[in-house]
Amino acid sequence: MEQNHTKRQIKVTRNSLFEQGYLDEQFSQLEDLQDEANPNFVKEIVTLFFSDSTRLIRNVENALESYPLDFCKLDDYMHQFMGSSSSIGAKKVKNECTQFQECCKAMNADGCIRAFQRVKQEHAVLKRKLEAYFQVSL
Amino acid sequence: MCDQRARMLQDQFSVCVNHVHALAVLVSTFHHYKNPSVIVQDTFAEYTARTAFERPLLSGVAYAPRVLNSEREDFERQHGGTIRTMANKEPSPHRDEYAPVIFSQETVSYLNLLDMMSGEEDRENILRARSTGKAVLTSPFKLLGSHHLGVVLTIPVYKSKLPPNASVRDRIEATAGYLGGAFDVESLVENLLGQLAGNQEIIVKVYDVTNTSDHLIMYGRQTQEGDVTREHVSRLDFGDPYRKHHMTCRYLHKAPISRTAITTAVLGYVIVILAGYMFYTGAIHIVQVEDDFDTMQQLKVRAEAADVAKSRFLATVSHEIRTPMNGILGIILDLRMLALLLDTDLSSTQRDYAQTAEACGRALITLINEVLDRAKIEAGKLELEAVPFDLRSILDDVLSLFSEKSRNKGIELAVLVSDKVPQIVMGDPGRFRQVITNLVGNSVKFTEQGHIFVQVHLAEHSKAVQDAKFESCMNGRSNGPQSKTLSGREAADDRNNWDRFKHLIADEESPFQVLTSDGNSQTVNLMVSVEDTGIGIPLHAQELVFMPFMQADSSTSRHYGGTGIGLSISKCLVELMGGQISFVSRPQIGSTFSFTAKFTRCEKNTVADLKRSLYDDLPTSFKGLKATIVDTKPVRAAVTRYHLKRLGVLVEVVNSIKTAVTGSGSCSCSGQPDMILVEKDVWLSGDDLSNIQVFGRALKSPKLILLATNVTSGELDKAKAAGFSDTLIMKPLRASMVAACLQQVLGTGKAEQGKVMANGSVYLRGLLREKKILVVDDNRVNRRVAAGALKKFGAEVECADSGKAALDLLKIPHEFDACFMDIQMPEMDGFEATRRIRMMESQVNEQQTSGSMDGCCDKQAQARKWHLPILAMTADVIQATFQECQKSGMDGYVSKPFQEENLYQEVAKFFESKPATDS
Repeated sequence: MEQNHTKRQIKVTRNSLFEQGYLDEQFSQLEDLQDEANPNFVKEIVTLFFSDSTRLIRNVENALESYPLDFCKLDDYMHQFMGSSSSIGAKKVKNECTQFQECCKAMNADGCIRAFQRVKQEHAVLKRKLEAYFQVSL
Repeated sequence: MCDQRARMLQDQFSVCVNHVHALAVLVSTFHHYKNPSVIVQDTFAEYTARTAFERPLLSGVAYAPRVLNSEREDFERQHGGTIRTMANKEPSPHRDEYAPVIFSQETVSYLNLLDMMSGEEDRENILRARSTGKAVLTSPFKLLGSHHLGVVLTIPVYKSKLPPNASVRDRIEATAGYLGGAFDVESLVENLLGQLAGNQEIIVKVYDVTNTSDHLIMYGRQTQEGDVTREHVSRLDFGDPYRKHHMTCRYLHKAPISRTAITTAVLGYVIVILAGYMFYTGAIHIVQVEDDFDTMQQLKVRAEAADVAKSRFLATVSHEIRTPMNGILGIILDLRMLALLLDTDLSSTQRDYAQTAEACGRALITLINEVLDRAKIEAGKLELEAVPFDLRSILDDVLSLFSEKSRNKGIELAVLVSDKVPQIVMGDPGRFRQVITNLVGNSVKFTEQGHIFVQVHLAEHSKAVQDAKFESCMNGRSNGPQSKTLSGREAADDRNNWDRFKHLIADEESPFQVLTSDGNSQTVNLMVSVEDTGIGIPLHAQELVFMPFMQADSSTSRHYGGTGIGLSISKCLVELMGGQISFVSRPQIGSTFSFTAKFTRCEKNTVADLKRSLYDDLPTSFKGLKATIVDTKPVRAAVTRYHLKRLGVLVEVVNSIKTAVTGSGSCSCSGQPDMILVEKDVWLSGDDLSNIQVFGRALKSPKLILLATNVTSGELDKAKAAGFSDTLIMKPLRASMVAACLQQVLGTGKAEQGKVMANGSVYLRGLLREKKILVVDDNRVNRRVAAGALKKFGAEVECADSGKAALDLLKIPHEFDACFMDIQMPEMDGFEATRRIRMMESQVNEQQTSGSMDGCCDKQAQARKWHLPILAMTADVIQATFQECQKSGMDGYVSKPFQEENLYQEVAKFFESKPATDS
């Protein structure tokens, strides 16, 4: 009974993540890849993503402080960021990354800074949400 | 008219005169020649009275003798009276002679003893008469007594007969007396004319014209009334040459206009008017018809324009509806998906709502698509594609669409494609599928039991067999139609039964020979038939079947749904494909729809290329396996054999399980079958059951497979107990599904128990299993995900985090089967890494070829060129990237993150041919 309840709660949480647009079907594909051989696959990947992304954010922050801005470098970082995000299906983060990259291409420094703020924000929100989700699901 | 009157009067007159003559002769004979006289007054009066009718115009006659003055006294004495004058009836004065009346007709008795010579008119008359000896007439005067106008006739009577040439003196001497008569012209003529018709309209006048200057009127009034202009004058001859008379007639009124003239004139006028009217109306009519024609033409043009506009409108509107409708459907699906994911059981009402919404949405989409098609066809916008496709897999797809429904109804649904039909043909797969789907859909809709059987043959072949078969059909069939069709139920089209069918498949024992051998003709004429045992089409509705929006009757749509547009579209499509559609249907027995379609053959080399890229390629791992089918129904067995043959399985068909067992036991040369497929109804039909059990225990190696349309859970348990533990294949059979089941049964795959995976996954698994793959990506997350996915499909994965690391790993000889390479990497990107690998490979290959020149050993093994399949992984799948990939020597690219289908397609390109070269 209790277990059943928890299970349901996990599902609700998960679905709300999808519903609110934090995640897309790539995430469910990851879930499909998880099997007996790889029981913690999803969590592993997500953890990997966050450690990577945290590093990337730091890099970007550094890059943004230098003057003049090295758009090439920023674009590179963002490409990485974007690749990871799309791999785990972090939809909102990915979208913000796209915005950032566009600003990079347009050499729009202000835009980059603003976009980065949003990337960080979305990243933080997702991190909080997924942490909560995996804590429950574990 | 006037002459006629004149002649009549004249005739009457002369008759009267003649009679007076006769009287004169009478008097002379009996008065003067006889002595004494035999005539007295009484005799005379009576005689004249009685002969009065002879003298119709005379009012009376009288006789007066000539009495000389000398004889007066004697005479007066003799007659007892004095001679008197006419004027005043006084005794006459002395004269030379007298002519006193002695005999008179009663009507003129007052004349007695009156001296006729006393009257002037009479005297003249008498004198003239006795001198000429002829009858003479007076001019008209007022007659004594009657006061009417009249003339007096006087005829002389002589004492002796006179010679014809006697002189005047002789005559006077011989004169004895005078006979006179008064013509009362006025009243008598009146009487006479009164007898004639038209008397009132005609005024008749008679004149004495002896004195030419002064015409004396004898009859008629003197007034000049009447129509003077049209006066007729006729001469009258009353026998007195001295006197001349004539008659004038005139119309009282103006001449009445002639009726015939009027009629003719009126008629003529009418005719002219009529003719004119006819011409007029004719002209008007022509003009009107021309006008109408113009109007019609305009209307026609407008109608045509409207029709085109209608089609366009339909197309547009349908399209516009379809887009949001798809959205709505998506939402509904999402809702249902959500419910599934949440695992919160929706309440039955909610589920019902969702299902209803979905069903309605789907129905609407279907309708819209159909209308859209119809509109497109009408607008002539529908154009067929010409792409290579595998029609067997399309048929399998269509069948899988309806497998759910057919299973629920317990209908046997099967497809069989003749081996003569090429595997790949050029045409429009979508439209072909649409027609098949429509026909099969109809069949499923209208069939409650029995079977639906789709067959595809070459049209020429089918026709040839049909003709050949016709004779034997005529010879009569030994057994009934039962057991000759797929399910054993009678079908509408007899020709489709086993008798014909076995001929069709008879010479197909060597498969795929035909495909390559008779490639001389480029077109492939296919004959597709869809046979069902449904309710059939009522005879009266059979003509309407292909009319749009026509259904057999209004209750059809109520019972079975649908718009009735499908068949008309199918007809259009079939005609676009250069074929014809027709059907045979018998109510309550079933319908068989068949159509022909033209496709073109594929070039042989393209076939090979396409075979790889067509996703539904069947696994080849079953090639050479042997199977025994236990089935009593030959057609059904043929279907099963068809599907197994597609997988490369060798097939034997037997009637019972017993023969299957003994056959496999006795005939060692053919070897044991690897599997035995048993139809459910064969198995259920009693006595064979024990055989299975024995068989199952005794011989472990052949796998037992049960074929069934539908199975109850009880039957399933029984089947498991009987030894069918391995598998149950649910119909309708499809090669891919059969393959999946066999894989499971024969253990060639690690498929999960009882779960058949989606097509892509199964084959991906087949392709990637135990392959060594290198994943190169600088992004840890991406690397891990890609590796995870590939591992999932059974591949062994190694990872490299940069181009350089990859180069280190990819030394020749390659230990990897493939490499997935990220493009955008720091230091050395994917393109660069690939270029270096290719360079390395070509160096080694050159060395090898030069080495093999002098060295002769293990040439065969080493002679193949090194070429590691490298696939780019990229997030942006655009053409430019693809070209770049090819330029740098990559074999293809996959999207990142992986999409199963895309991954499968790419991997299939080079992993399929691998086993052949590898082994």
